[in-house]
Amino acid sequence: MFSKVLVANRGAIAARIIRTLKKMDIATVAIYSEPDSELPYLKDADESYLLDGKTAIETYLNQQKILNIIQQSGVDAVHPGYGFLAENTSFVQKLEEINVTFIGPSSRYISLMSDKCDARELMNKSSLPVGKGSNVLTTDIEEMKREANEVGYPVLVKPSNGGGGIGMIPVYDDKHLPKAVEQAKTMAEKFFSDSSIYLEKYFEKPRHIEFQIVADTYGNVEHLFERDCSLQRRHQKIIEESPAPGIDVEEINELGAKIQQAIKDIGYDNIGTVEMLRSNKGEYSFLEMNTRLQVEHAVTEKITGLDLVETQVQSAGGMKLKDILPNLIERHGHSLEVRVYAEDPINFFPSPGNLSVYKFPDRDDVRIETGFKEGNTISSYYDPMIAKIIVHEETRKKSIEKMQEYLETVKIEGLKTNIPFLIYTLKSKEFQTGNVHTKLAEELAYRMKEEIKTNS
Amino acid sequence: MQIEVKSQMTGNVWKIVVGEGNEVEEDQEILILESMKMEIPVLSPEDGKVISLNVSEGDFISEGDVVAVIEEE
Repeated sequence: MFSKVLVANRGAIAARIIRTLKKMDIATVAIYSEPDSELPYLKDADESYLLDGKTAIETYLNQQKILNIIQQSGVDAVHPGYGFLAENTSFVQKLEEINVTFIGPSSRYISLMSDKCDARELMNKSSLPVGKGSNVLTTDIEEMKREANEVGYPVLVKPSNGGGGIGMIPVYDDKHLPKAVEQAKTMAEKFFSDSSIYLEKYFEKPRHIEFQIVADTYGNVEHLFERDCSLQRRHQKIIEESPAPGIDVEEINELGAKIQQAIKDIGYDNIGTVEMLRSNKGEYSFLEMNTRLQVEHAVTEKITGLDLVETQVQSAGGMKLKDILPNLIERHGHSLEVRVYAEDPINFFPSPGNLSVYKFPDRDDVRIETGFKEGNTISSYYDPMIAKIIVHEETRKKSIEKMQEYLETVKIEGLKTNIPFLIYTLKSKEFQTGNVHTKLAEELAYRMKEEIKTNS
Repeated sequence: MQIEVKSQMTGNVWKIVVGEGNEVEEDQEILILESMKMEIPVLSPEDGKVISLNVSEGDFISEGDVVAVIEEE
C-alpha cells in the first residue's frame, strides 16, 4: 500500500480522509490556504503545508503549488477528496508522469466522463437509458431551434463540460432559447473555460437516483446500491438517502446490474457514481458519471458497513475487489444525510461569517462530518457546506424522526444556516411520504416563506 | 422617488450588468454577486433609471450595503 498520502482538499472531507488513512497506518500531509490556517483538520495531519493566497484559484486549484508540495513532502499518493482537483484530467496526468498515485480513476476515465455529450453517447452504446440530447450547438440561431425541436421542448440548456448545475437553464419554447443559450455560454466560459453548450430533454419534477460504483484496476466492478438525492436547491444536493423511497427492489436491482455492466465495459478502475434522472413515469435517463468520492458517500457506508475511502485507497493501491469487499454485499436499514449550509434558510443566499457558537451534541447514533470548530470563520471564498449529519436506522420513518430530533439540538450562531429549512422539509408531508423530486426543495422554501409571512 | 437597492448577501461583485443612467425594469439584473461558488443577481425593485452605482467589479460587500440607487419614474 502507500506510506504517505497528501490530501489535496480542505475542511470536512480532508478530516474524513485523514481519519481513514490513520486507521490504515498511512502518514498524512495536509495543505491549507491563508483563510484556513485555523481549521481543525490541520492538527489531524502529520504534516501540513501552506498554499499562499486566499481564493480557490490561488490555492486548492493551483496545480503547480500543490505539485511542489507533493515533491517536497515525498508522498507516494494523493487523495483529492471531492471538488477542486478531484476531476481534473491535467492534474492527474501530471501525477501519472511523476509516478505518484492518484487515489481515483486513471486520467483517461476522468477525461472521458468530463465531456457530458461523449459520456452520454458512451453510456447509450452500453445500453443505459439516455434521454434525447442535441449535438454541441453552433452560433446559428435557426440551427439551434432545429436542434431544440428535434429533442422536443421542454429542453435543458447545458454546458457540455460543466457540473454543479452551473449554467443549466430549462427552456419551454423557441422564443426564449437564444437568450438562455447566451447566458449558459457566459457561465460556462467563466466556470469551465469552455463555452460549448448542448440541449437535453428536460424531465419536469424528476427524481435524482444515483448508484455507487466500486471498481479495481483489474476490470472488476460492483455497485453498492442507490442513493436518492432528489432534495436539491440550485442543483446542489441538500438531503440524501438510501434506499430510495417507494421504488421497487427489482427496479433498482435491474438498473444497478445494467450500470455495473456499462461501467465494466469501459474498464473503469476506481470508485465513482452514476447519476440518473427518473421521470414521474418511471423512465430513467443517464445524467452523468462522477469519477470521485461523493459528498454523500456516508449514506452508502451506513447501509453497507463499508469505509469507502479505505475501499478507494485499497483499489488505487492495486488490491483486487474480491479482497476489498465482503463476499456478499448486503444492505441494512435506511440511512439519511443532511447537509448544513451557511446560507439563508429561505432564499438560500450564502451567509459567510464567524461560528461564534457551534455545537453538535455527541451521540453514538448520529455521525457528524465537519471541518470546523467554534470560533472558525466561514469565508466567502469556498463552498457554503459546513457540516453533514448522517443517521442510520431500521426504517426510513425512524431515520427521519432521529434526524429531526437531532437537528433541534444543534446550536449554531454567528451566521445563518439552512437548519430551519431542513427541519421544515423533514416535517413536510411530501418528504415523509417519499413524494420527492428535484423541485421539491424550492416548493417547500416558497411555502415556508409564505407561512412565516402569514404568522408574523 | 429614489430607491436604494440593497444587497441581500455578503460576497464579491462579479459583474455589473447595467450602467449609470440606464433605464431598468422591475426585476431586471443590476449586478451579479458571487459568494461561496454561487452567483446571485441583485434585481431592480422597480421600473426606473439607475442614478448611481456604488460598487465596482471585484468589490467585497456585506449584506445590507447599498449597491445602487434607482430613480422611480
